[in-house]
Amino acid sequence: MSATTAAPVWTKMRPKQGALSRLFDWKPFLAFVCLLPAVGLLMTFLTYPLGLGIWLAFTDTTIGREGIWVGLENFIWLMDDPIFWSAVFYSVFYTGVATIGKFALGLWLALLLNQHVPFKSMLRAIILLPWIVPTVLSAIAFWWIYDPQFSIISYVLVDALGWRDTNVDFINTAWPARWSLIAANIWRGIPFVAITLLAGLQTIPPSLYEAALLDGASGWQRFRHITFPMLLPILAIVMTFSIIFTFTDFQLVYAITRGGPVNSTHLLATLAFQRGIQGGQLGEGAAIAVSMIPFLVFATLFSYYGLARRKWQQGEGND
Amino acid sequence: MTDAAVVPKEAKSTNTSSAQLETMAWDSKSRRFVMLYLPLCCFLIILLFPFYWMTVTAFKPNAELYDFAQHNPFWITSPTLDHIRMLLFETAYPKWLWTTMLVSVCATILSLFASVLAAYAIQRLRFKGSQYVGLAIYLAYLVPPSILFIPLATMVFQLGLFDTPFALILTYPTFLIPFCTWLLIGYFKSIPFELEECALIDGATRLQILWQITLPLAVPGLISAGIFSFTLSWNEFIYALAFIQSSENKTVPVAILTELVTGDVYQWGALMAGSLLGSLPVAIFYSFFVDYYVSSLTGAVKE
Repeated sequence: MSATTAAPVWTKMRPKQGALSRLFDWKPFLAFVCLLPAVGLLMTFLTYPLGLGIWLAFTDTTIGREGIWVGLENFIWLMDDPIFWSAVFYSVFYTGVATIGKFALGLWLALLLNQHVPFKSMLRAIILLPWIVPTVLSAIAFWWIYDPQFSIISYVLVDALGWRDTNVDFINTAWPARWSLIAANIWRGIPFVAITLLAGLQTIPPSLYEAALLDGASGWQRFRHITFPMLLPILAIVMTFSIIFTFTDFQLVYAITRGGPVNSTHLLATLAFQRGIQGGQLGEGAAIAVSMIPFLVFATLFSYYGLARRKWQQGEGND
Repeated sequence: MTDAAVVPKEAKSTNTSSAQLETMAWDSKSRRFVMLYLPLCCFLIILLFPFYWMTVTAFKPNAELYDFAQHNPFWITSPTLDHIRMLLFETAYPKWLWTTMLVSVCATILSLFASVLAAYAIQRLRFKGSQYVGLAIYLAYLVPPSILFIPLATMVFQLGLFDTPFALILTYPTFLIPFCTWLLIGYFKSIPFELEECALIDGATRLQILWQITLPLAVPGLISAGIFSFTLSWNEFIYALAFIQSSENKTVPVAILTELVTGDVYQWGALMAGSLLGSLPVAIFYSFFVDYYVSSLTGAVKE
């Protein structure tokens, strides 16, 4: 039936089958060519800079001057630097508290959305907004919300409700500033966690819940013994991403406090930027950035075992 | 379950069955209100309030902005376009928008091109060690820009790209390609291999197969990857801050923070107007393709 229709195509194709097109049909060559743009770009702008960064950390390079190898000098110098240690402390604290907050609230939101609610897809779209909008721009909005004089939260607490006598101090002293930044980070992180976990929740077979209901399991028991274990693999992956990107966060802190007041809210990334780019001490900045790597490796291994566990679970249960 | 394209279908089927479950469970109306609608409303208010506040501030005249005693801060009594006018005509804002658009579009096209080829090679050509290449690309996504910007800054400077849009167009793919490749591998997986075999038997070359059979079928995946790349490049901050110096080459997020914040008195009206205008293109773009966006987000995590 297709002999008549296919014939013209064949006559058109034949002249094209030259040496070049045969070369492009040769699998190893084609695979190489296909991978070239992606691998080339990643090698040049990701792998090489990663190595270069580690090398820079052991030199005294500054902007405009090639550095020489100084061994561990940058790191020894950082060991005695209280600002570096405060940045390490705050990075860990920020990541820890923000991750707990994001996942507790995000999981709650996901569980709420997993129930039967009207306008669900619209709700889902609206909820993702904080995550879509450029972080810096929403951070500026938070900066304005945290304004010492004209903060809207202060207005509500002081003038409207009368709960306080003075304006809330959000970002002018160390600890309030730290908590304010964590709050902003949680605000931004909730949508991502909620939407990804919601997707995970929707893959849990409802028959499990039906069986549990017949057996008389309470709501908490259903969550503890069905929802949570079934969600764990995806939770592990989302959490790894979240931890990595919270630990290396830059934008929020840079936009709202720039590491102030008195360097109390520096994360490692903002400190690296301040020393490396603004201060011109590329070597020292690179050393600060490199000191984040052990933490990231730890988080990646966490992800790997999460994935491995997931494969095992899929093999046994779903497929 | 491993296919991103399958997700929406699955979601629908579980929705209907969880609705049945709902009718099985005992639920009184007031209990449902306290347990479900009340917290949901709180979440919505908290998640959306900063945007509301941004919008209100952008259209308020300065007199109202700093006088909470006379005017209710939650509402605008005499809306004004002053801040937006100032932004558009007295600053380089249109230029910043244009630069951001240019950089985002170019970086997206470049990463899509590279990712399609890479995903096709990894998923369909199946050479020896292809899964390791896939894993390596996945790991590349876990390398955050925060540890790369210092060495990249020196590289960009040496290549003579400092302070040009090319610095951003070439560096953004480092975080776009890994994501897009993973997304597209998932999509390619969902396309039946038999279609390609048929084409092979009919004498099509592999590039023809990619161009005429696989790509048209993977359009939803391409759209998802494209939207995701576009928003990620639009939102990027640290590279744009480190690699661009002159005012006219800055992208919107960087320019608002570095050019509009001048001196000790912050022009909150203009700052909020700038943030609002900078967020709108992404938000509008996003609202057209919400479903693709959500499926790519959830699909990528599930891979």
